[in-house]
Amino acid sequence: MKKYATIAVLAATVLASFPAFAETVKVLSIEPNVKEGRDFYAAAIEKFEKANPDIKIQFDYLDDTSFKSKLPTLLQSDARPDIFFTWTGGVFHEQADAGVLRDISGDVDPKALDTFAPGGIKALTYQDKLYGLPMYAGVVVLFYNKELTDKAGVDPKSIKTWDDFLAAVKTVKEAGITPIVVGGKSKWPLQHYYGYLATRIAGTDGIAAAAAGENDGLAGPDFVKAGEEFKRLADLQPFQPGFMDTDNSKAGGLFGDGRGAFILSGNYMIGAQKRNSTSGTGISDENLGFIPFPVVEGGKGDPADTFGGINGWLVSKNATPAAAKFLESLMDLDNQTTSASMDLWLPIVKGADAGIKNANIKAIANLLAAAPHHQLYLDQELGANVGAAMNDASAQLATGDISPEEAAQMVEEANEMR
Amino acid sequence: MTLTTQARPPAARRRPSGFARMRTDGSLTALILFLPPAVLLFTLFVIWPIFSAMDLSFYKWNGYGDVTNFVGLRNYEILVKNSIFHQSLFNSLKLLLASIFLQIPLALVLALLLYRKTSANTAFRLIFFAPYILAEIATGLIWSFIFDGDYGISAMVANKLGTEPFYILADKQWAFWTIIIVVVWKYFGYHMMIFIAALQAVPSDLVEAAEIDGASSLKTIWYVKLPMIMHAVKLSVLFAITGALQVFDIIIPLTNGGPSNSTHSIVSFLYTFGLARMNVGFGAAVGVVLFALCVGTAFTYKRMAIDKGGQL
Repeated sequence: MKKYATIAVLAATVLASFPAFAETVKVLSIEPNVKEGRDFYAAAIEKFEKANPDIKIQFDYLDDTSFKSKLPTLLQSDARPDIFFTWTGGVFHEQADAGVLRDISGDVDPKALDTFAPGGIKALTYQDKLYGLPMYAGVVVLFYNKELTDKAGVDPKSIKTWDDFLAAVKTVKEAGITPIVVGGKSKWPLQHYYGYLATRIAGTDGIAAAAAGENDGLAGPDFVKAGEEFKRLADLQPFQPGFMDTDNSKAGGLFGDGRGAFILSGNYMIGAQKRNSTSGTGISDENLGFIPFPVVEGGKGDPADTFGGINGWLVSKNATPAAAKFLESLMDLDNQTTSASMDLWLPIVKGADAGIKNANIKAIANLLAAAPHHQLYLDQELGANVGAAMNDASAQLATGDISPEEAAQMVEEANEMR
Repeated sequence: MTLTTQARPPAARRRPSGFARMRTDGSLTALILFLPPAVLLFTLFVIWPIFSAMDLSFYKWNGYGDVTNFVGLRNYEILVKNSIFHQSLFNSLKLLLASIFLQIPLALVLALLLYRKTSANTAFRLIFFAPYILAEIATGLIWSFIFDGDYGISAMVANKLGTEPFYILADKQWAFWTIIIVVVWKYFGYHMMIFIAALQAVPSDLVEAAEIDGASSLKTIWYVKLPMIMHAVKLSVLFAITGALQVFDIIIPLTNGGPSNSTHSIVSFLYTFGLARMNVGFGAAVGVVLFALCVGTAFTYKRMAIDKGGQL
């Protein structure tokens, strides 16, 4: 009897020496492309764990490609993370349809919910259920190298319409300067042109309707028109030589090295053109400018609409309310202002843009704030299969291998295969 | 069942049948003990996945949820009509031919030059074998740097020559030839080593006899050495064929299948259109075709070359 008592005491001591029933929240993220990204997460986790000693955060990173290929299996196993990174859009909808996500509407404090930009919350809502919280946005704009456009005698600020842009491209080319740098090997940078043109021509509502199969779906007249406009650009041979053997990060370096006047890219290019350039300093802040994507005359899209990404976190089905609690803390105003001040991304919590230091990022944030709609990158919006077909079609339009009709048809075929 | 038992006993009494012998000398116990784990593992990791891939290829599945959407032969129909798949098949065929008609002759010539044991030969063998040791991904990255017309070696060369830089990997006509060259460069050393080992096993008295009879060195090679190492050449060709059908990790870093999906092999096609796009059923269909091709060529080759010409 005495022996049992000893064991019981021992067991009690062992149990007590652990933090009382510490709960672990497993988070799976993609590898941030800058060191500051990791630093930000580490600090945010430390802060949360200090405030909530009963919850432990286990934060893991995977590189982009492995993340995408491992996630489906992982989500359907018992080893699924409680929280994982998302690009929202079609893939998120597939995950929600498969029933591997948790509706966190009841877990999140409504007051916290109000701090987010409504578009961000919308991106993580599917069929009226909230499955996660947004963290940041990306906006694609047309960056230019002031030194080169000055040399070519082009004033980028005067470019308003697509025709203006085509004229500018011609002038720059005649001046012996490569008009546009693009990472054609990655394909999706070329899709930015096709997608943005579709956004201008069909409008965000038109794109949503086409994805649902209305008006001949993605092979409809608006998409053919977008392809035709893109082909007009491609026919000018505006891209740097060998653009199909240039991936996106090298394209950033080329642009930073002054090897082309324009690049159509998300706001991350401000940092990427520096990091990936030969000198490591890239184009100086004064010489780097941007304009919103030109307007296509007669298009149905609002000229102020933006195109880009909304990224955030999804919660998987067996997670506890602690997951939402962590997300709330990760995206509180304080953290969002900090990440904004590190120029990591465009924050999605209202007021956090006060922290942004870089003038260009600030101006892009204003663009986003003023946009009536924010169209998600088409390859994200349409899911893995159609998105990849869209990227392929854009790349083959750029190389002149297919006609705009064939491009639109190719995407629609993939859409019907869904 | 009863018929066989009635027919068997007399024979068994005269000379113990295989089964009876196995029972007495203990090999049956060994079989019962050691066979099941091997069969189980083989079934679990080889047979079962093959059949489950065949099963999956009749479904449309995006990787989430249960596999319920039976589509019959639709995945195969799409595959047969897909022009990129035709291109990938053609590319794999080009790789296969290059492996047999470029890589193996090259390996053979080098093996004949280097098979004698001298220190210089050892050094050269090491140099030629080194590419084989490199990881495929690293090989692809190294060569993509070499061919990079902006920052790579080819940019430096073009700069020194004062010509326009060339972007061979961005050129639809040349990109796949580049891949073929890299594949040949990477694997010829492996075949060379097989040939060297075989050449060293050729009895020297045969070679000497030929020399005494006044055979030129070319004739010695043609009439003595080559016939003596034919088994190794046949084995090499088999490896070259199956290897060429499976090329994947060199293509991804070099061209990623581009430009315009013109440089896919069957496997990189499978990965890009099946896995990366989450068309799991479609990918399984490609996998089944690839499996059939591998098994088909391997067996045909075995019948044609190996069975007729004696042992391997």
